[in-house]
Amino acid sequence: MGMAADSEFHVLAVDDSIIDRKVIERLLKTSSYQVTTVDSGSKALEFLGLREDDGINPNTPSVSPNNHREVEVNLVITDYCMPGMTDYGLLKKIKESSSLKNIPVVIMSSENVPSRISRCLEEGAEEFLLKPVKLSDLKKLRPHMLRTKIKSHNGKQEPEELGMPDEKIGFPSPKQEEQQQQQPQSKNNKRKAMEEDVSPERTRPRLNGITTMV
Amino acid sequence: MEVVQIQRRLVDFTKSLFMEVIPSKKNKTGTLRHTNLLTKISVLCLICLVLLLLVVVDREKGLLDSQFLQLQQLQDESNPDFVVEVVSLFFDDSEKLLNELTIALDQPNVDFKKVDGYVHQLKGSSSSIGAQRVKNACVDFRNFCEVQNIEGCRTCLQQVKQECYLVKNKLETLFRLEQQIVASGGSIPMIEMDF
Repeated sequence: MGMAADSEFHVLAVDDSIIDRKVIERLLKTSSYQVTTVDSGSKALEFLGLREDDGINPNTPSVSPNNHREVEVNLVITDYCMPGMTDYGLLKKIKESSSLKNIPVVIMSSENVPSRISRCLEEGAEEFLLKPVKLSDLKKLRPHMLRTKIKSHNGKQEPEELGMPDEKIGFPSPKQEEQQQQQPQSKNNKRKAMEEDVSPERTRPRLNGITTMV
Repeated sequence: MEVVQIQRRLVDFTKSLFMEVIPSKKNKTGTLRHTNLLTKISVLCLICLVLLLLVVVDREKGLLDSQFLQLQQLQDESNPDFVVEVVSLFFDDSEKLLNELTIALDQPNVDFKKVDGYVHQLKGSSSSIGAQRVKNACVDFRNFCEVQNIEGCRTCLQQVKQECYLVKNKLETLFRLEQQIVASGGSIPMIEMDF
């Protein structure tokens, strides 16, 4: 799998500061991603094909056929707070939308506030980057984009060859599960679902003293 | 060819100064003796550039921090003016913000939230270009906003203005020197520093 694959990734960068937009655009292009920059959360939603006022009802997000994004967005990187949208408001709107919730979202902030960081991660952000963002920080983005791309193209493929952390493979021991309580909700649910599929095998009652082996 | 060698020696010289090892004078003067006028000019320009950078880029109290170097690393042949462009945006942006701040602090009833908002923006943009002292002055400024200390705010505004003016001057000189080097046929050496 060559590095040329990176140019297939399209990142939407959202920041109200023109200087930060210019810098993040250069950082992303240097990392061989395609970039679109917008200066507000509402423009970001517009670009993603979601009208802001329809985000209120999470069950029926409006993706107007005319506004439907022609370009696939593989990751959204956004400033934490921007005028016009409440803190991490864009993140919430994306995660509430059935059409957009699988897009990985990365938050940037100039302030290192632990409660802010954990809140963002809880709300579904993949990463929290401290500003000013450096080239080395962007290395953290690729795994998230690869994971999403594989999911959408191949269904559930085991991403072992990508060197993904073990949390995606196999079944967690009770200790691991505790640590992973801090992971975003969706991941926890996924894992629990996996576990439920597996555990019946172990807890299947022994019928008449015979152990059922599959 | 000779210019390249001289540039390389200057880069090493710069690095060595940060490691507090004084290089032998012999190398420098020896090299200068055997060059023609054009390369002498390049060398002098480069020395000026280096000295300027030394004054400007100091780990803790310098006008610039490692973020500025990061910006330089993002510049290449396809984007040769990237640093100048970003810094110019900063100059424009900071001027606007400083004007707004002056007006806001002149009001009979100062809106500290508004003032803090402007300072937050300035802090962000100065941090993004590596203007360390501007950023630090903004941090102090925000502290005074938080406690709604009007006099403290006004003093900080002066301080921030001063720092912006200072870094603008230095960077304009830096860019001018870079232009001169390029115009005289030399190229800007990449100064890599261990932050």
